Amino acid sequence: MNLILILGFMLLAIGFWGMLTQKNMIKIVIGLTIAEVGVQIIMISIGYIKERTAPILDSAVPLADAVNKVVDPIPQALVLTAIVIGVAVNALILSFIIRLYKEKKSLSIDDYKEMKW
Amino acid sequence: MIKKIFSLIIIAGLLTVFIPIILNFSFQTDLPDVAKSYVEKGSKDLGAMNIVTAIIVTFRGLDTLGEVAVLFIAATGIAVLFRKNAINDKRPKQISKRDSSEILLTGIRLLAPVILIFGIYIFLNGHLSPGGGFQGGAVIATVVLLLFLSDSSYKINHKIFGFIESFSGVSYVIIGFLGLVLMGADNFLDNRILPLGEFGTILSAGAIPIIYTLVGLKVGTELASVLDNMKGDIE
Repeated sequence: MNLILILGFMLLAIGFWGMLTQKNMIKIVIGLTIAEVGVQIIMISIGYIKERTAPILDSAVPLADAVNKVVDPIPQALVLTAIVIGVAVNALILSFIIRLYKEKKSLSIDDYKEMKW
Repeated sequence: MIKKIFSLIIIAGLLTVFIPIILNFSFQTDLPDVAKSYVEKGSKDLGAMNIVTAIIVTFRGLDTLGEVAVLFIAATGIAVLFRKNAINDKRPKQISKRDSSEILLTGIRLLAPVILIFGIYIFLNGHLSPGGGFQGGAVIATVVLLLFLSDSSYKINHKIFGFIESFSGVSYVIIGFLGLVLMGADNFLDNRILPLGEFGTILSAGAIPIIYTLVGLKVGTELASVLDNMKGDIE
């Protein structure tokens, strides 16, 4: 059992629940953000290897034996990318919400039916 | 009510996918082959102490260039959404704001240079310790956020910010092409265009510190202009 993995999936489920049930658009974005954090935690915990250290080859990690001493660095690099893109996308979504609010003075998703089919 | 039940069904469906993943999960016991070669080559060929940095800046450098481009496009989109005459705001513009207290102003003026230097430290040491351009840039953007929060009349200098942003973006691409010119056809964004230096010192790992400095400056100015757009105008 991996507690961090369970935490990540729980955050993912909570985020999806927020996105599905909330009417307030800012709360939907918050749900999206929580789900995002959940995915990031899942990715990090998948890259973990027991009793190993961070992939930084300082004095704690002998250079010759580095392959057997560090955790998987690729998920960490991916998560770094995911965080940055997540920030940019969230800022863009929130800007859309601000514009929509200025047009109609409402944050409820029910008041925007133009794009609904 | 029906919607709630519908949402519950979707969440239950997700959980039936998640729970077998959790139950059948077992830890890796060894690095995958790609990670192995990254860890070996990252220290030997590229001279970077921080393997994550080596992956982001050099092994997967093209992806990072794309990531910076995505960030730039998002910032541009935000600027378009908040352009001056697009917003038809009928509310009175004048919102009387109380000035910030002397303690807040002085405290932030004292803190801002320290946080700025901390951000620069983070991206200069990206190849040696946890950190790098994106994190350092985010820390630099918090300085601008603090100044916005404390001083309602504070305005960023768009000329300087725009210049830093475009200069660092263009330089990043030029360094990438230098790899093509100096190292041969399949070495876009190679960090070995500069001498690798002594392993573990600040002037090591070839072009990685330079690339991460440029990324840090670009991300910092970009996030600052996003904050500037989102804070709204009070004339």
